[in-house]
Amino acid sequence: MMDKPNQMDPVEAENVEIVIIEDDLNDAELILQVFRKLNLTGQCIFLKDGAEGLDYLLTQTRYVNPASRSTPRVVFLDLKLPSIDGIEVLRRMKADERIKRIPVVVWTSSTAEQDLKTAYDLGVNSYVTKPTPFDELTNIVKELIWYWLRVNKLPTR
Amino acid sequence: MTGQNSTVDIILVEDDPNDAALITRVFKKHNLTNKIVLLKDGAEALEYLFATGRYAHNPSHMSPKVVLLDLKLPKVDGIEVLKRLKADQRTKNIPVVVLTSSSEDRDIKTAYDLGVNSYVTKPIKFDDFAQVVSQLRMYWTLINKPYEPS
Repeated sequence: MMDKPNQMDPVEAENVEIVIIEDDLNDAELILQVFRKLNLTGQCIFLKDGAEGLDYLLTQTRYVNPASRSTPRVVFLDLKLPSIDGIEVLRRMKADERIKRIPVVVWTSSTAEQDLKTAYDLGVNSYVTKPTPFDELTNIVKELIWYWLRVNKLPTR
Repeated sequence: MTGQNSTVDIILVEDDPNDAALITRVFKKHNLTNKIVLLKDGAEALEYLFATGRYAHNPSHMSPKVVLLDLKLPKVDGIEVLKRLKADQRTKNIPVVVLTSSSEDRDIKTAYDLGVNSYVTKPIKFDDFAQVVSQLRMYWTLINKPYEPS
């Protein structure tokens, strides 16, 4: 029996560095497998729609709530999401003084020119399309994690 | 460095010749077809990207995969270059990565406030620097998908 990726409780997570907003459980499970291999499961949280994602970022992160231990270094954001879609989440994040500096990587199957243009216009940090073969996906997720956790630098506060 | 800008993949804005040589070598080592343009100060970078002055003949719509931007630059500094690129409809979609020796919080914050896509500090040790540049190359030429207007 596989863990449900979205069962991780935000309060239990140790120090959340990676926030993943993804409604597709299969995709979420694949990503979670990579995190397990890298021993990073305590540092990531899955949120399953745009409303949940925004709510988390605007209440549970250190940028907003100093008592929280969650200091995301990156948000992976799917575009097609229930309730509030990914583009709207991105728009609200980049318009909010408290959380606009958190890097957002759109992580999507869409290669539509309009989606790319809108995402960059709204200030997305990076746009990555999901590859189809699993092996390739694993490698790309590893590169994503490595880049945003180890290479990219954020302000200390 | 004339014409042919439509095929430029990486724009490197760097005044230090040693750093520029290392970065160019790492990018070329893995893929000889990566086309890199080196611009040595902020004024030249702006002229190049906005197709003015010395580069008035440049095509106005170019979409490099990434601009690697140093902060301490002669004439116009990197923060000012970033500000102008991100404030202009024609260039705001181009991914800009600040690559600098500064790890000052003020610089990092300002860069993010202006809309930088990523901020990377240059490690002091040569091998570490080469490693970071290799990661940068991998990420911004192979993983990130830039917006390329059709």
